[in-house]
Amino acid sequence: MSSIVVHELSKDFGHTRAVDRVSLSIDDGELFGLIGPDGAGKSTLFRILVTLLRPTSGRATVDGLDVVDDYRELRTRVGYMPGRFSLYEDLSVEENLAFFASVFGTRVEDQYALIADVYRQIEPFKKRLAGALSGGMKQKLALSCALIHRPRVLFLDEPTTGVDSVSRRELWDLLHTLREGGLTILVSTSYMDEAHRCDRVALMHRGRLLGIDTPEAIAGTYDLPLFAVVGAPLHAMLRTLREHQHAKTVYSFGDSLHYTDARADANPDELRRWLSTRGFGDAVVKPINAGIEDVFMSRMSSEVR
Amino acid sequence: MEAPTPHGHSREVINADGLTRRFGAFTAVDAISFSVFAGEIFGFLGANGAGKTTAIRMLTGLLEPSGGRATVAGFDVARNPSAVKRSIGYMSQRFSLYQDLTVRENIAFYAGIYGLKRQEIRDRTATILGRLDLGHAADQQIHSIPLGWKQKLAFSVALLHQPDIVFLDEPTGGVDPIARRQFWDLIYEAANEGTTVFVTTHYMDEAEYCDRVSIMVDGRIEALDTPGELKTRYGAATVDDVFVRLARGGERDAP
Repeated sequence: MSSIVVHELSKDFGHTRAVDRVSLSIDDGELFGLIGPDGAGKSTLFRILVTLLRPTSGRATVDGLDVVDDYRELRTRVGYMPGRFSLYEDLSVEENLAFFASVFGTRVEDQYALIADVYRQIEPFKKRLAGALSGGMKQKLALSCALIHRPRVLFLDEPTTGVDSVSRRELWDLLHTLREGGLTILVSTSYMDEAHRCDRVALMHRGRLLGIDTPEAIAGTYDLPLFAVVGAPLHAMLRTLREHQHAKTVYSFGDSLHYTDARADANPDELRRWLSTRGFGDAVVKPINAGIEDVFMSRMSSEVR
Repeated sequence: MEAPTPHGHSREVINADGLTRRFGAFTAVDAISFSVFAGEIFGFLGANGAGKTTAIRMLTGLLEPSGGRATVAGFDVARNPSAVKRSIGYMSQRFSLYQDLTVRENIAFYAGIYGLKRQEIRDRTATILGRLDLGHAADQQIHSIPLGWKQKLAFSVALLHQPDIVFLDEPTGGVDPIARRQFWDLIYEAANEGTTVFVTTHYMDEAEYCDRVSIMVDGRIEALDTPGELKTRYGAATVDDVFVRLARGGERDAP
């Protein structure tokens, strides 16, 4: 059964179209990622789905309820963690939690089992003011507050922005635990490498969706030869490779370069020989499978044209 | 304890020696010592709360050390913070250009603050617009241009007064993957021209682009070397793996 259904949804701010005819359907119990850079329209889409903004056109339902007509009832069924910390900084950890529980007519004790995995990590600091917490702890408190009324669907808007690599992994582990409990989770991120932690993802850029599928299936759509090239100095090699007559794109990827050839039958050995005639004798060229970031950049640049 | 000089760089642009900052009973930065050399791209990594921001605030002359010393561009950060500030460029993710000024007006405004002459401002503006391929947007207000362009412009503005060193605090956060790479092209260009680049990031692929990286854990520098050396030493495939191994050892969740 579908938990979230979005049909031809658009949102305009003046002359700017922030969300442009987005359609998607998210299943019950799915961990779904909305992947895209800042300004893609992710937060606007989230705000519409949690009833904080009205769409300009199109329709959407969450847990069977219309985001415009049924907004009151819908608000009791969703948990929302916005990108910016929005709890009461001058209340303590436990006061914040008690407040959110009371707004939804419940008590922390009654819901403890639900939030235990998250809350236990900040419970030693429950008397501390929320404003005095570190970034990681604020996030765990915000997540506890978003879960306290036992929502059916959880919306997390860029929970890992500005968060270090270790804390990011911990948060994703936590989301997997919550999903095991049957919660539907929609999470947005600008880190492409987090896509593989989702059941399915939608790539979003300039208000539009560039694709919806499992991370593996999206990566599998890359239809030109992709080679990882390693050699030194890397940045000089990048500039040289871009001059290759059949280079479609060359991007740096950590300690290697990703070279896409415009010809379907391109040969890695031929490229290696070509590099060695240009002073990169020890370059290593290996065919590789594309990742989400390769696909995103490829679709993004074909959008521009 | 002097680290080997990478790539034949010789001139020290940053030297920290036992640099320390305490807030009450809490030691945010715990006696860190390291050097950064002219033209180097130096990645300053660490978990949230490890003390990176506090260290950067001391190195940019914004916060007085509690102990130890540091020189930046030849000036002591405690004794001569204003000379330090004049010798550095600084850009953070939140660094905001004036949203309701145009691209051209922002360049002129900051050039004026740095005391550039009228002719220099004209020349520098033309160079920046050409290099960033922003000529077509010169008269657009900042709020109407994409984030990736803003970040590149903010970087160029931080270099307007041709500082010895530029501090970049998470410069690519949230930027799309193509713009992120274009931003790194600018970093390489600046480094090739002799500017030292001191950069923090949470994108671990970007750590691989640095000449050397340091990894801070609980206020101390736990590791400092080239990405290649770090990976060899820890038997790791990526700098991210090295980072995770070191940062997981961290105890504290700083306030």
